[in-house]
Amino acid sequence: MKKNQLLFVIIPVVLVVAGYFVASNVMGSKADQEAKDKVAANSERLVPDGAPFKGPIMAKVTVVEFLDPECESCRAFAPYVEEMLRRYEGKVKVVIRYLPLHTNSKFAVKILEAARKQNKFWETLDVIFKYQPQWGNHHNPNPEYLWEVLPEAGVDVARIKEEMNDPEFDKIIERDTRDAQLLGAKYTPSFFINGEPLTDFGVQQLYDAVEKAAAN
Amino acid sequence: MKTTVYLYFCWIVALVATAGSLFFSEVMHFYPCVLCWYQRIAMYPLAFIFLAALLTSDSKVLKYTLPLTISGWVIASYHLLLYFEIIPESAAPCVGGVPCTTTYIQWFGFITIPMLSFIAFSLLLGAQIRFKQKRSL
Repeated sequence: MKKNQLLFVIIPVVLVVAGYFVASNVMGSKADQEAKDKVAANSERLVPDGAPFKGPIMAKVTVVEFLDPECESCRAFAPYVEEMLRRYEGKVKVVIRYLPLHTNSKFAVKILEAARKQNKFWETLDVIFKYQPQWGNHHNPNPEYLWEVLPEAGVDVARIKEEMNDPEFDKIIERDTRDAQLLGAKYTPSFFINGEPLTDFGVQQLYDAVEKAAAN
Repeated sequence: MKTTVYLYFCWIVALVATAGSLFFSEVMHFYPCVLCWYQRIAMYPLAFIFLAALLTSDSKVLKYTLPLTISGWVIASYHLLLYFEIIPESAAPCVGGVPCTTTYIQWFGFITIPMLSFIAFSLLLGAQIRFKQKRSL
C-alpha cells in the first residue's frame, strides 16, 4: 500500500477517534450537569418520610441508594455500603429506595417492607442478597425459596406472608419508581450523596464522594 | 471512478456508525435495546472487514460483508416499523430492559437512533450494490 493511500485510512480513523473523545468530554460534562440539575429540581423527593435508613438520623452525609433486591450489582455492592457505614461511622447514613427492575423484585420488596414492621429490615435484606443466586436467578427464578431461608433473618415468616400484600407497599413501590425516574436514577444501584448524583459509577467513586461530603 | 471508492465509502459509514453507537451507549448512557444489539453485531465487524478489504484490495469482500449488511438492514427495517407502530410492540422480542420503542434522541423531529441505523445500513447496501454493478461491467 502506498503512502498516500495509507493517509486515506489514517485520517478518517484519527478524525473519528478525536471526534469521539471531544464529543465525550463536551457531552459527558453536559450530561453530568443535567443529572445534577435534575436532582436539584427534585431534591425533596430524595428522602421521603418513612424511608428505611441506617446510621444517625442527623448524619452529616446522607447517601440515598436506589436498589433492587434481585439485582446482582446491588448484591455485590452491599458489603461496600456496609464498609462505608463502618468507615464513616456517625457521619453517614444510608437511605434505601426501591427501583424494582426484575421479575420478582416487587415480591422481594414486599417481603422487605413486611419485615420492616418487625424491625428486621436490614437482617432481611442481608438474607435476600445472600440467597439471591438461588431465588433470583433470572433464567430459573424461584422466589418461593425465600420462605425457606427467611427464618435466618429472625423474622416471623407467617406474619410476613400475611402482611406482605398490604396495598401500602404497592404505593411505596410506585412512589419510589416515580421518584427514581424524576431523579434520573435509571439503573441499580444508583447513589446520591448529599443530593448529588454519583455520575461516575464505582465503589471508589462512592467512597470519594462520601469522603468529600464528610470533609465539607 | 475507481470502484474501490465504494468500499472506501462503506468503510467510512461503518466506522462512523460504530463510533456513533458506542458514543450513544458509553458516553450518553443510552442503553441499547435488544434490536439495537442485533444491529450492532452486524455493524461492528464491517468497520474491520471493509478496512481489511481496502488494505488488501480484496474485490471478493462482498461475500463477507453482504450477509452482515442485509441482516442488519432487515433488523433495522423491522425496528423502524416497530418504532412507527406499524408492527405492535407486543410482537417485539423485548422482555425487560429497554423497550425497543424508547426515544432517546429526535433530531429535526424525525432522526432517531433506529433511523440512523436504518440510514447507515441502507447506505452500505446501496454502495455495495453499486460496487457489484460496476465490477461486472
